[in-house]
Amino acid sequence: MTTQPLIGLEVHAQLLTASKMFCGCPTEFGAPPNTQVCPICTAQPGALPVPNQRAVEMTILTGLALHCDIAPRSVFARKNYFYPDLTKNYQISQYEQPLCENGYVLIDTESGPKRIRVRRVHLEEDTGKNIHGGAGAASRIDFNRCGLPLMEIVSEPDLTSADECRAYLQKLQLILRWIGVCNGNMEEGSMRCEPTVNVIEVGGSAKTALVEIKNLASFRAVHQAVDYEILRHTRALLAGESTTRETRRWLAEGRTETMRSKEEAHDYRYFPEPDLMPLEVDEAMVTRIGADMPEGPDEVRERLIEQYELSSYDATVMTQSREFAAFFEAAAGAAEDPKAVANWMQGDFARLLNETGTPLAESKVSPAGLADLVRLIADGAISGKMAKTVFERMFETGKAPALIVDEEGMSQISDTSALEPVIDKAIADNPEAVENYRSGKKKALGALVGQIMKETKGQANPALVNELLVQRLGE
Amino acid sequence: MIPVSVTRDDVAHVARLARLAMSEQELDQMHGYFEAILEHFAKLAAVDTEGVEPTSHPLARANVTREDCVTEPMDRTKLLANAPLADGECFLVPQIMEDE
Ligand SMILES: [Zn+2]
Repeated sequence: MTTQPLIGLEVHAQLLTASKMFCGCPTEFGAPPNTQVCPICTAQPGALPVPNQRAVEMTILTGLALHCDIAPRSVFARKNYFYPDLTKNYQISQYEQPLCENGYVLIDTESGPKRIRVRRVHLEEDTGKNIHGGAGAASRIDFNRCGLPLMEIVSEPDLTSADECRAYLQKLQLILRWIGVCNGNMEEGSMRCEPTVNVIEVGGSAKTALVEIKNLASFRAVHQAVDYEILRHTRALLAGESTTRETRRWLAEGRTETMRSKEEAHDYRYFPEPDLMPLEVDEAMVTRIGADMPEGPDEVRERLIEQYELSSYDATVMTQSREFAAFFEAAAGAAEDPKAVANWMQGDFARLLNETGTPLAESKVSPAGLADLVRLIADGAISGKMAKTVFERMFETGKAPALIVDEEGMSQISDTSALEPVIDKAIADNPEAVENYRSGKKKALGALVGQIMKETKGQANPALVNELLVQRLGE
Repeated sequence: MIPVSVTRDDVAHVARLARLAMSEQELDQMHGYFEAILEHFAKLAAVDTEGVEPTSHPLARANVTREDCVTEPMDRTKLLANAPLADGECFLVPQIMEDE
């Protein structure tokens, strides 16, 4: 029997609004418990919700970025259930008429680009947070998160491996950050993911029961949990074992366990939210919101390949964020060698940003500074090795590279007459190396170059030193 | 379409979803009430709705939204004052079982 895993991903993304979904409470992460609450989000009697216009617009923008149809009319619905983190005993969500439907996300796979269909994007509110494990037999409830605006982005089961799931999530995260609607932070829970997994028989009718996985707080956890479930389902299918439709929880020890079976699953009794009017989105509104759409990561990537002759790999790295791509373009436009700019950005620059935990936007290195550095190397004013030191100083101080070279006396010696005495001395000091070289051991040249670089404190132009040495020893 | 009849099991199911404990006697009584209510609403079926769009709201308005502006949150002491149990920071509830 040939088997095929089918995975769908349900992603919750918190929108970057200043206030909550239905009230004016602030949305900052990490405030002291129950300090970002009001009568509306704590469901005091008589309080009425009013939707946040910005949240609606951000969801429509997301729908456009995911190639969705935007519904001309959509309604909010009540999802009814009882849980202590839910103040109203229902969550305001969307059910039958979501804002966006029928889109897709393009992911890169080993066999080329693949289109993952997006079934719907709807708008809803978040719940509060339970803090378990307090003193005694009580749970503590913090409602700061209650009422934060969330988008629920539901894919079709078009994903067939853990790798594809990760690629889809990374791409979705990139897009949401790119258009500025979500910070995509999985650890803080501003982007959450619940995969739905089952395995079917190819060309047959056998299949396992659908399972939903919860408690995944990182891309890594999603990857591991999906892999684990694919294996579990495949084994069950091959062994002909029966499976049950259920929700499973991912455990840190690397396995899943049953959380609840679908038979006892909630019956949410959705109905239209009578406290809220429908949303009507006309062409003019879609056009107005669409005008804010930046050139997307896929388009920029293609353009970088074409315009700057970058490799596909380099172009992907340069479009890891909108800021990164903008920095690259600004630097590449000022330098003659875009490829060198790309190398610096994914090499020393990325390393230093990473090591110091500095966001690109706060870095002291400017695109013009990086372009200047690339030009100094191309002109032979400094060696590649010196450039590394210069770049580190630029990163620390934000000074222009030419100034650093001057201040630290690091300019490269590319003057033949200045190098000749040093070369003479090296030849005189190392008769053995000279002998070896002349008898065919070309590697012996290294010892001579080493001494010359040492004598010049690394400032000799290595290519020129090599050239002059070979010339002299060949005489 | 509104179902004209409701079973006693339906009533028990809804009671469980609403976290209401009901005795056998109460279930029987509720079952009777449910049937009477649904029978009453079934009269709506007599209305000719041919060509009428389903509505989600009695008012003919749409897009009632607000600007994304932050307002002053509520005082925490006031908020927690009405709670049966609180520790000055959080509401306290009986320990929540792992199963959601
Ligand atoms: Zn509030």
